[in-house]
Amino acid sequence: MPRLSDPHPATPQDDHERKRVAELRPATWANPEPEGRYPLVIVGGGFAGLAAAELAAARGIKVALVERDFLGGTCVNTGCVPSKAIIRTSRLYAEMRDAERYGAQVPTGIRVDFPATMERVRRIRAHLGQPNSVRHLAAAGIDIFFGDARFTGSDSLAIDGSTLRFDKALIATGARPSAPSIPGLAESGYVTNENVFELTQLPRRLLVIGGGPIGCEQAQAFCRLGAHTTIVQIKPLFLEREERDAAQLLSTALARDGVVVRLNTRVVGIRVANGEKLVDLVSDDFHNTIAVDAILAGAGRLANVEGLGLESAGVDYDRERGIRVDDFLRTSNRRIHAAGDVCLEHKYGHTAITSAQMAVRNALFRGRERWSKLVIPWCTFTDPEIAHVGLYVREANRQGIPVKTFTVLMHEVDRAVTDSEEAGFVKIHVREGSDRILGATIVARHAGDMINEITLAMVANIGLSKLAKVVHTYDTQAEAIQKAAKACSLACASVAS
Amino acid sequence: MTALAGWSDETLLENLERAAFEYFPLNTNPRNGLVADTSRENSPCSIAVVGFAFAAYSVAVARGWIERSDAVRRILAALRFFRDSDQSGSTLATGFKGFYYHFLDMRSGARVWRSELSMVDTALLIAGALTARMYFDAPSPDEAELRELAESLYHRIDWCWAQDRAATIRMGWKPESGFLHYGWEGYTEAVVMYALALGSPTHPIKQDCYQAWTSTYQWENLYGRDFLYAGPLFVHQFSHAWIDFRGIRDRFMREKRFDYFENSRSAVYIQREYARRNPHEFAGYDENGWGLSACEGPTGTVVGASGAAWRGLGYAARGVPYGPDDGTLSVPAVLASLPFAPEIVLPALRNLLARYPEVLSEHRLSTGINPTWADPHGRAWVSPGHYGLDQGIVLMMIENHRNGSIWRRMRACPYLRRGLERAGFGGGWLRRTADEEDR
Repeated sequence: MPRLSDPHPATPQDDHERKRVAELRPATWANPEPEGRYPLVIVGGGFAGLAAAELAAARGIKVALVERDFLGGTCVNTGCVPSKAIIRTSRLYAEMRDAERYGAQVPTGIRVDFPATMERVRRIRAHLGQPNSVRHLAAAGIDIFFGDARFTGSDSLAIDGSTLRFDKALIATGARPSAPSIPGLAESGYVTNENVFELTQLPRRLLVIGGGPIGCEQAQAFCRLGAHTTIVQIKPLFLEREERDAAQLLSTALARDGVVVRLNTRVVGIRVANGEKLVDLVSDDFHNTIAVDAILAGAGRLANVEGLGLESAGVDYDRERGIRVDDFLRTSNRRIHAAGDVCLEHKYGHTAITSAQMAVRNALFRGRERWSKLVIPWCTFTDPEIAHVGLYVREANRQGIPVKTFTVLMHEVDRAVTDSEEAGFVKIHVREGSDRILGATIVARHAGDMINEITLAMVANIGLSKLAKVVHTYDTQAEAIQKAAKACSLACASVAS
Repeated sequence: MTALAGWSDETLLENLERAAFEYFPLNTNPRNGLVADTSRENSPCSIAVVGFAFAAYSVAVARGWIERSDAVRRILAALRFFRDSDQSGSTLATGFKGFYYHFLDMRSGARVWRSELSMVDTALLIAGALTARMYFDAPSPDEAELRELAESLYHRIDWCWAQDRAATIRMGWKPESGFLHYGWEGYTEAVVMYALALGSPTHPIKQDCYQAWTSTYQWENLYGRDFLYAGPLFVHQFSHAWIDFRGIRDRFMREKRFDYFENSRSAVYIQREYARRNPHEFAGYDENGWGLSACEGPTGTVVGASGAAWRGLGYAARGVPYGPDDGTLSVPAVLASLPFAPEIVLPALRNLLARYPEVLSEHRLSTGINPTWADPHGRAWVSPGHYGLDQGIVLMMIENHRNGSIWRRMRACPYLRRGLERAGFGGGWLRRTADEEDR
C-alpha cells in the first residue's frame, strides 16, 4: 500500500501505466522552441485546456499548451475516468451478492480481486487517455510544453527558462483535493480521491470523511468491494445541495450496502496506535472512537492558483474560490480568460470542456457568450445516481417563483420494475400554472443519462407538456419523464378548462 | 376480534378512544403528573405525551370517564411540577428558557438519555396545557390555578432564543453542545409550534420566521394528486389534533387554493396508493393495509418477497413514497387519519384489526406491526406494549372526528388564534370569529 498522505503514491508500473506515461507525459519529451508570440497560450492540459486547444487549433490558431503533470488532467488520470471504472466493478460485485433479487443464484465463493479491479482501472485510464496524447496534440499543430509555468507580465509567462509571449491566454489549471483541517490527519496518513486509485490492496476498514458527491461515490464503491466502510458527514444529510428526498434515498441505499452512515458527525482527532488509525468522532454530545486502516479525505476541491505568478499578470483570485472571472469567463486581465475547476463553482468534466470552448470563442472569435445563460446538469454517480439540472425548489422559492413539481416514482415505470431498479424518482419543477421547466432532479440507476432529455428541453425552451407528445421507447426508464410530462399536460388542460 | 367485527363504527371508535385514554392514568406518576413515553418498565416521561394527557383528561371528563376533580388534580400535579422544575439548563435539569428536555425521569423529572431540549415537544406539551386551560373554565380555585399555570408556563417560553438568529426555529438544544445543527425544513408537524411561537404575548417570533419555514415546502403532484409533501403520516396529524385547519389558509395554501386539512386527506390517499402499488413487495401492503409513520419496528435483517434483504429500522419515522420503509405499519397512524378520510380509514382499520388481532392488547393499539418479519407461525411482528404518543393522537383524532370538541375549544384560544393570524392564516372560522367579534 502506498504511503497514504504522499501526494504521489507509487503507481504500479505495469504495461498500462507505461503506456499512459508514454502517451500523456513521455519521459523523453523535449519542449519545443517557443514561437515569437502565440495567439493563444493555455496553462493546464486537463479537460478544459485540451478542449480549448483542440477548438482553437481546428480553427487555425497557433496554440501553446503548458502542463506540469499528465495531459488529461484530473478527469482522465485521477477523477471521472478511474472513478467510473471502479464504480462499475463494485456494482458488479453488489449485483452478484444480490443475485437472488434477479432470480439468479448467488455465485459461490465470491472473492473480490482488488488488484485485478485496479488493473482494469489503469487499463481503461490508459486507453481513454490516448486521444489526449502528446502525439495527437502535436499532430494537430499544438506546441506542448511540460513544466511549471509562471506569468511574468500581462502577456508573458516563463517555463523552464523559456518565455512564451501571447496575445491571449487561458488559465485552466484545475483544482486539487482539499483535506480538512483535522488534528492528526496528516500525521496518520490518508488518501484523497486523486490517489485512492493507486491503492493496490483493499483496506479492511475505511473511513470516508465528507458526504459530498465524491465521498458518497467512493464510500459505496469501496464498501461494495468489501471494505468495512464508515462515512462521516458533518451535516445532517448527504449531498447538502441536493433535494432532501434524494439525499434520503441515498442514505437508505448506502445503509443497504452496509456502509456505516454517521451523519451530523465531526472528526475531531486522529492518531495511530498498534498500526490502526483511531478516529475520534463527535455527534452533538456523543463521543466515540473507531479504528480504521485507511482514511479517504479531501473530498472538497481547491483551485490551483498558487505558483502561477497571477499577481504579475494582474489576475485577481481567491484562495478559496479560485480565479475571479466575469460572465464571459474573462479575468481581471483582459488578455486572459479562465475555464474549468480553477474558476467555476461547479467542478465537473463537462463544465470544464464547455467553459473552455466558450472562453476560446469569447477570447478569439469575438464571442459574447455568457456563462450564466447555460443550462448545466450534473450527476453524482452513486447507485442510484442523483442527477440535477436547473433550479432547486428552494432556489425558486427564494426567488419568489411559484413552483410545482411533477413527481414520478421509478416504481411506476415498467422498465425500472423489470430491472429491479425501483428506487428513485423523476421530479420536474415547472413554474406553477405553466409548463415551463425550471429544473429537475432524477434519482435512478441511470439518472445521469436521463437528465439530458430535460436539459435539452430547457435549452430548446420546450415546455414539459410537449414532452408528453414525444414518443418514448417502451420499455425504457426514460418513460418516467414522459409520465411526468403527461401529468403536467393534464394539469395544464384542467387549468385551461 | 370476532366481537370487534360485529361492532358498529361508533362502538368500535368509542372503545378504542376510551382504551387510549386509559393509557394515561395507568402510566402516570401521580406525585408529579409525569406520563411515561411507553408502557414498558422503566420508561422515562415524554413531555409531548404529558401534553396529550392534558387534552385526554379534558375529553375524558366530557365523556364521563373520569371525575372532573380527579382530572384537575392530575393536571395540576404536572403543571405544578413544571412550574417548580429546574430551569437552569444543566445536564440534569428539567428545562431551560421555558422549554423542556424531551425525556425526563419519571420520579425526579430530571433529564434522561442525554435528550435534547425539544422545541416541538415543548409546543405539544403547551398545546395540551392550553387545551386544558380552555376546557376547565369553572371558577373553582383549582381550575383557576390550572388556567393560571398553563398560561404562565406558556408565557415563560423564550421562542426568540430558540431561533438562535437563524431563519427558522431550531429543532433542539443540548447543554453539552448547544443548538442542534438543523432547523425545520420542509412541511412538518411544526405548524402548531410556529402558531404558539407567533402567538406568544411575551416572546413572539417575527412573522418572517414562519415565511422562512414555509419557503422550504415542496408542492408536488404525486400519483396524480397535488400535495404538500411530507412522508410520515404523523406529520399530517399532530398539528391537526389541536387546530381545525378546515377552510383556513396561510399564504402558501391560498396560492395553492388548498388547505392543510385537504392536504392531510391527500396524504392519506397517497399512503393508500403507495401501499396498493407496494413497490418493495412487503407482506400485508394493499389498499387496506397501509400506514407509514413514526413507530417502532423490528431490527435485524429479513429477505422479503422481492428477494431483497431488508434491514429493520427499529424506532424510526417511516414515510411515503421516498422512505424509509422496512415493511412496518403503524395502525395508530391509520386510525388518527380518521377525520381526513373516514371512508378509507375505517375499512383499513377493520382490515388490519381482523388480519392482525395481536395488534390490540388491553384494547389498545400497538405502535407498529410488520408482517414481513413474521414468526414461524406466520404471525406478524408486533411492537410490545404501547406508546403514549399513539394513544394521545388516536384519542384526539377520534374525538375530533366524532364531535370536533377539541377543535372547537382551541378555536377560542386567543394565543393560538393570534399565532395563526400572525402566520398569515385567514378565512374559514378565523374570519367568522372576527365577524362575530365585530358584531
